[in-house]
Amino acid sequence: MINDAVKLKPADKADKDLLAKLEQEAGTQVSLCYQCGKCSAGCPVAFAMDYPPREIIRLLQLNMTETALNSNSIWVCATCETCSERCPRGVEIATLMDSLRREALRRGKKGDNKVAAFNDAFLRTVKMFGRTYEAGILLQHNAVTMQPFKDAGLGLPMVQRGKINILPVRIKGRDQMKKIFARVQEQREEK
Amino acid sequence: MRVAYYPGCSLEGSAIEYGVSTERTAEILGFELVEIDDWNCCGATSGHNTDKLLSIALPARNLAIAEKTGLNVLAPCAACYNRFRNTEHTVRSDSELKAKVEQVIGMEYKAENETYSILNYITQEVGLDKIADKVTKPLKGMKAACYYGCLLVRPEAHTGFDDAEYPQSMDNIVKALGAEAVEWAFKTECCGAALGTSQPEIGQKMIAAVLKNAKDSGAECIVTACPLCMMNLDMRQKSAEKGSGEIFNLPVYYVTELLAIACGDSPERVKVNKHFVEAVSYLKEVSKRAEEIAAKEKQQAEAKAAPAEEVDEEKIQKKIQAFIKSLQKNPDKIAAKLIEDEERAAILTEIVKNDEKKIQKLAELLATDNDKAVKAAEAYVSGELKKREKSKE
Ligand code: SF4
Ligand code: SF4
Repeated sequence: MINDAVKLKPADKADKDLLAKLEQEAGTQVSLCYQCGKCSAGCPVAFAMDYPPREIIRLLQLNMTETALNSNSIWVCATCETCSERCPRGVEIATLMDSLRREALRRGKKGDNKVAAFNDAFLRTVKMFGRTYEAGILLQHNAVTMQPFKDAGLGLPMVQRGKINILPVRIKGRDQMKKIFARVQEQREEK
Repeated sequence: MRVAYYPGCSLEGSAIEYGVSTERTAEILGFELVEIDDWNCCGATSGHNTDKLLSIALPARNLAIAEKTGLNVLAPCAACYNRFRNTEHTVRSDSELKAKVEQVIGMEYKAENETYSILNYITQEVGLDKIADKVTKPLKGMKAACYYGCLLVRPEAHTGFDDAEYPQSMDNIVKALGAEAVEWAFKTECCGAALGTSQPEIGQKMIAAVLKNAKDSGAECIVTACPLCMMNLDMRQKSAEKGSGEIFNLPVYYVTELLAIACGDSPERVKVNKHFVEAVSYLKEVSKRAEEIAAKEKQQAEAKAAPAEEVDEEKIQKKIQAFIKSLQKNPDKIAAKLIEDEERAAILTEIVKNDEKKIQKLAELLATDNDKAVKAAEAYVSGELKKREKSKE
């Protein structure tokens, strides 16, 4: 039993700064949470999480941010905002999930998850064309995640129904798009 | 009425029906869609999963272009709508971020215009009474589960036009089209669209939960205003059925498709035939039902209207007075009309001559129900004959 106990360590400056940064980005404070569990009760994906939303908040309260960043919860969260809407303490759990995801990405933690791969593929087409390019995303995404035939069963009927443009649609302001992505990148590096 | 229109990538691709039916909705209800010039993708979920500034900057470029026209914005796709509202909200409340965003997009953006979803544009700007004027083929007999999902109603601070837990705007539109909006618990439950491609095993369970609750609540179809919900509930319904071992067979419609169809468009015109779960035959079934219901209602209305005519007191009183007069003047003529047998008719004439009460009674019956008058006349004669027999004895 005693081996299951969690060893807590007091938060040092780096820990505090990290939490403050996450909270600031999400516009919320984890100390507000009184652990009622309403967020977990309403979360439609809790069944697939290693730490349901209440526990994610608890991890942050207990200076176990690292565990939260390594959880699969942040990647299965569907950003549905049910938790935030219902929290009696006004904790913005959903936006915290966003911040955690982005922090995990900054640290190169993509794990085995396919969410980040999908997002990469998606944004690459936006940067190139100014629009999403659904056919391109499916192909890229499946290539990166090594599942070339997944969703192919759905992709083909989409094409047959004229619902996927085989060729990308390009906007005129493509150089503007490149600048937007580049300036965002600069801002990120400045931080 | 003019509004800046942001179709978004979906409405020109996987949600082509939504795009076509939104344009039809605008034509039918009489507002003009002014497409935002050279618009770009809003970044969707991938944007805010990746970088906060990027997730604001991508929508902001579109909103800044729209702002120059001075028009408010209509974004039918629930995901674009949500990102736009988020951007407006953030830029208004965070001046530091606003400055960064303007630098990134290289344009001024004050967030002075408002973005509307199709639901609040129709209910708040156009008005439900406008719909009632345009409906020619009411969807009577349709049992619809109105599905809002997450993006249209949450977070309430950004969206805010309807209740986050028990929204009603789509229900009201669907009712204005003549359909029944069933009560169900999963109106705003997440269908897991964000996980559809990346984590399908998890997404499947969420889809099945939504469909099951709709079916259990008596719905025969689902109505949505979100291309992601459509993709999930329609395209992935088959695989959700496989995963859960249940057959749902629930057609899914965009609210704008139903509006166009109730106002006279064919299902094909708004591309309902492009859906994955076959959705045209249920519409046929509904129009059959609607005809039956309309016929029944017409019958009932007529049944109600008919007795109303008879109860026209004044007319009846006039008739009664006329009959009294003729009974007093020419009792024999009326007696002959009431009774064929000449002898008995003569007896009736005798009776009537001396009896004001019977004149009154017969006149009343003649005015309202001839059969009854005949019966009464026969009864008077029979009674008189019996009396005479008795007196003989
Ligand atoms: S609902 Fe709010 S207060 Fe309750 S456990 Fe979740 S975050 Fe904490
Ligand atoms: S936003 Fe994420 S954590 Fe919150 S209820 Fe939805 S899926 Fe669960």
